[in-house]
Amino acid sequence: MDLKATHGLHHRRFSRNVGVALTLVFFVAVVFGLTVVKVTNGEAVQGFDHTVRPELVPVEGN
Amino acid sequence: MSDISVSVTRDYEPTFGDYFALLKPRVMSLVVFTALVGLLVAPVSLHPVEAFAAILFIAIGAGASGALNMWYDADIDAVMRRTAKRPVPSGRVEPGEALAIGVGLSGISVVMLALATNLLAGFLLAFTIVFYAVVYTMWLKRSTPQNIVIGGAAGAFPPLIGWVAATGSISVEAVLMFAVIFMWTPPHFWALALFMRSDYDDAGVPMLTVTHGRKATRNHILAYTVLLAPVPVWLALTSVGGPVTLVVAVALNAWFLVGAYKIWRRDEVMAEEDNFKVEKAFFRFSLYYLFAHFGALLVDYALKAGGVI
Repeated sequence: MDLKATHGLHHRRFSRNVGVALTLVFFVAVVFGLTVVKVTNGEAVQGFDHTVRPELVPVEGN
Repeated sequence: MSDISVSVTRDYEPTFGDYFALLKPRVMSLVVFTALVGLLVAPVSLHPVEAFAAILFIAIGAGASGALNMWYDADIDAVMRRTAKRPVPSGRVEPGEALAIGVGLSGISVVMLALATNLLAGFLLAFTIVFYAVVYTMWLKRSTPQNIVIGGAAGAFPPLIGWVAATGSISVEAVLMFAVIFMWTPPHFWALALFMRSDYDDAGVPMLTVTHGRKATRNHILAYTVLLAPVPVWLALTSVGGPVTLVVAVALNAWFLVGAYKIWRRDEVMAEEDNFKVEKAFFRFSLYYLFAHFGALLVDYALKAGGVI
């Protein structure tokens, strides 16, 4: 198929494609930002991995 | 190698803006504003990124329900002057595309809101979308003159969802914010129906003006405005209110009542004579009314945050 035949189509859809691309980039940025906030604001995320870590031991009285 | 084998030929190539118009940006602006107020005045504060995401996904959910509405209502939108230029009835966007965008964005917005904030907020957004797209658009709009009254609930949910996104629960303040928009919607739309006379008749939408006549519509506008008036005043007396909200509520509702009374006193001859001047003024004022009430809540919130009151 001659690629020239699709040039007009590409040209007409260029702005739409740019719009969709920017929307997707924006969405990724929002999800990334949310992930960072959720992880940094959440509970401790480290788990037991066969190494003694005093900060994981519950403090008595708490 | 060439995989390009399918090309749909159409007279008009829709732009990104055409698809964006499916989301009813003007309605979305009101949704963003009221949801933001609901979220900010809540006693629990969210991280700014979470708050931004919450408002974004509430707005996208509202836009998605708008796209579903345009998909289903393309036939009646085409015969009404006010809506004939919308993307689907004007032929710029295919109905199937509107449906796909509506369903896709509904799913994304609900899931993302639930993940960003809490499950109840996500559930309420899903309920709102279903309520607007199915209960209002597909069922009530074409079957009962009370369409506006019950359908108005869909537009009233955003501040409540904003509140729930922050707090995770529903309280009297959130319900009152819901009630302000819920009670405001009927007089707002019936005033519009009075001066967009032939539109709803042509489309066969059973607006109150079509089924019960214009005098009954004027009676209803007055009745609903009377019922609406105490709600913002009550809201002003709760924990989210304050002096600014109270002054705005009293002043604007007095003004709104006078407008509704004027509409009630008029008949069609008087309205035709001045080209529905009073009805148009009432409709325009009703837009400012809602912005002013929610704006006042924000001002009181800022005054409290700044330690002024």
